[in-house]
Amino acid sequence: MALPKLKADATEARLATLELPIGGWTDTARREALARVQAMGLPARRDEYWKYTRPDTLVAPETPEAQVYEMDEQLLFDEVDRLCLVFVDGVFDAEASDEIAGEGLEITRLAEVAGADIHWAQGLYGTLEAAGQVPVPRTLAALNTAFATDGVLIRVTGKVEKPILLRYFHRATTSDAMLHHVIKLEPGAQMTLLENGPAAARFNKVMEVEVANGATFHHVRAQGRDHQRRAATHIFARLGAESVFKSFTSTANGVLTRNEVVVEFTGDDAVAHVAGACVGDGDFLHDDTVFITHDAVGCESRQVFKKVLRNGATGVFQGKILVKAGAQKTDGYQLSQSLLLDDDSQFYAKPELEIYADDVACSHGSTSGAIDETGLFYLRSRGVPEGLATDLLTLAFLAEAVQEIEDERLQECINTRLSEWLERRRG
Amino acid sequence: MLEIKNLHVKLEEEDKQILNGVNLTVEAGKVHAIMGPNGSGKSTLSYVLSGRDGYEVTEGSATLEGEDLLAMEVEERAAAGMFLAFQYPVEIPGVGNMTFLRTAVNAQRKARGQEEMSATEFLKVVREKAKTLKIDADMLKRPVNVGFSGGEKKRNEILQMAMLEPKMCILDETDSGLDVDAMKLVSDGVNALRDEGRGFLVITHYQRLLDHIKPDVVHIMANGRIIKTGGPELALEVEHNGYADILAETA
Repeated sequence: MALPKLKADATEARLATLELPIGGWTDTARREALARVQAMGLPARRDEYWKYTRPDTLVAPETPEAQVYEMDEQLLFDEVDRLCLVFVDGVFDAEASDEIAGEGLEITRLAEVAGADIHWAQGLYGTLEAAGQVPVPRTLAALNTAFATDGVLIRVTGKVEKPILLRYFHRATTSDAMLHHVIKLEPGAQMTLLENGPAAARFNKVMEVEVANGATFHHVRAQGRDHQRRAATHIFARLGAESVFKSFTSTANGVLTRNEVVVEFTGDDAVAHVAGACVGDGDFLHDDTVFITHDAVGCESRQVFKKVLRNGATGVFQGKILVKAGAQKTDGYQLSQSLLLDDDSQFYAKPELEIYADDVACSHGSTSGAIDETGLFYLRSRGVPEGLATDLLTLAFLAEAVQEIEDERLQECINTRLSEWLERRRG
Repeated sequence: MLEIKNLHVKLEEEDKQILNGVNLTVEAGKVHAIMGPNGSGKSTLSYVLSGRDGYEVTEGSATLEGEDLLAMEVEERAAAGMFLAFQYPVEIPGVGNMTFLRTAVNAQRKARGQEEMSATEFLKVVREKAKTLKIDADMLKRPVNVGFSGGEKKRNEILQMAMLEPKMCILDETDSGLDVDAMKLVSDGVNALRDEGRGFLVITHYQRLLDHIKPDVVHIMANGRIIKTGGPELALEVEHNGYADILAETA
């Protein structure tokens, strides 16, 4: 079926600004991805899946400007013993990065491996993204597979103690970065991946994660504080039997963020938790779009998303649990809540359950509300000033999402950032 | 300590008068009790004094050590030494009890221009006080009042009182929902805080609490006014005869 003319034109206009990086083992995957982009077309305002978030600036040929935000605080995760890789506006910064080597760990950069034959990655690059295009197109992710200029390829064969940190800096006002990471955890392997920073004026990131039987993947991400930055990110995860996948994202500021997470259970008794805590003030739109497919027996999925919105900030949540026929004993849970700190802020939620098995437990809850006046009075009656009391209650509201981070040190890092963000606005 | 003069209060949202000229003085070092039938305005009095929204003072005054209470924000009243032990302590999911206590103690100290308590000092003091109230480490760690039994909530109120060392304590039906043992524990906690510099106002329906916390003065409240004041024997009279006689006598 041919695309509507407007969509086809917009897609071609964007493609005209990009050059396919050809000359290595990813060639086939990139060409196929390009074909997917052309067939599906880039997202447009009329698309149902983009009903609450306008994709215009994410697909526009020119990158909208984003002023660089001067950081006035210590870098996140600095207090954690980790291995760090740095990307500035999407370009790898070798000098600022650690030499990464470790037992049970293989890391290469996408940009470096053009000629090399990395067998394990070849079977993955673009594969999970392609599989995630059904039933809803995620064309920005296909665009990324085709045109990503760099990224990291990580293969984990053992239990990796130190977290690996991908740190992104935004230094140019019109940088347009595309990174594509591929992570493979072999059976029984374990790792924690951290991500932090605004990355670019406009950032398109895809992460494909294969978690094999009995492996554990923890992911904690904090998206940067630059107010005008834009980001469209995708995580595609495929989970084997008895594996664990836990991903948490905190977002502070950013004029536009769309985070999509696509998880597929392919082996029995696996666990996937996806959580997010975001705080927005003013010109801020944050969209969490999650799609979890249960295609195995006895798996547990949990979505916990909390949003604090003020001064006209907008929050969006689209979360779906699809339980295929035969995926018995599925335990699916979905929670999306917003705390609206004033009358101007908005929250749109679209929770969806689609279930074709009869022995499952699935529930969802979505609320939006204001600060609890009774709790506020209680705190104030003990001498806690109103501003501080409001912050305490706000952090308490976010806590359920933050507590999805298993490592308490990392929880602490995120909590500190969130409370500092609130404190700066207390006045 | 606490001086209430001719206090008239109505509900903000509807045209309903609750307090119709309350006069009451609680001296430092004394325990006053207020008893009265349901709907007489006892709890409203405690809310108005602590600064809860929804009430409008139409006439009269309330001062704490000469300072105009009614002109102060809720947290300023607390820092000035006012403390209300809630009839229904509020559950605050996500805020740890210990964090809450420490934030409150230090906020009050800061408001009074005192130095904040260090983490170690605070821990030492809170553990000591918690122990006498049989509040274990787990209760201190849990979110404020979440999953606490009725008795645990009330003990937690008394722990807050002990940590904040207010000048004027109002106990709003602290005995409600307590079994005999819990009542004893809570009363012991309150009695331990009785001090020459501190005033107490104990609001209750039942005389039995006053067996444990012995009042110096007992007031009977009805229709938003104090209609009779006497010694501890007045509470016994109510226990035996109910309010009917007193109401008839003052009508």
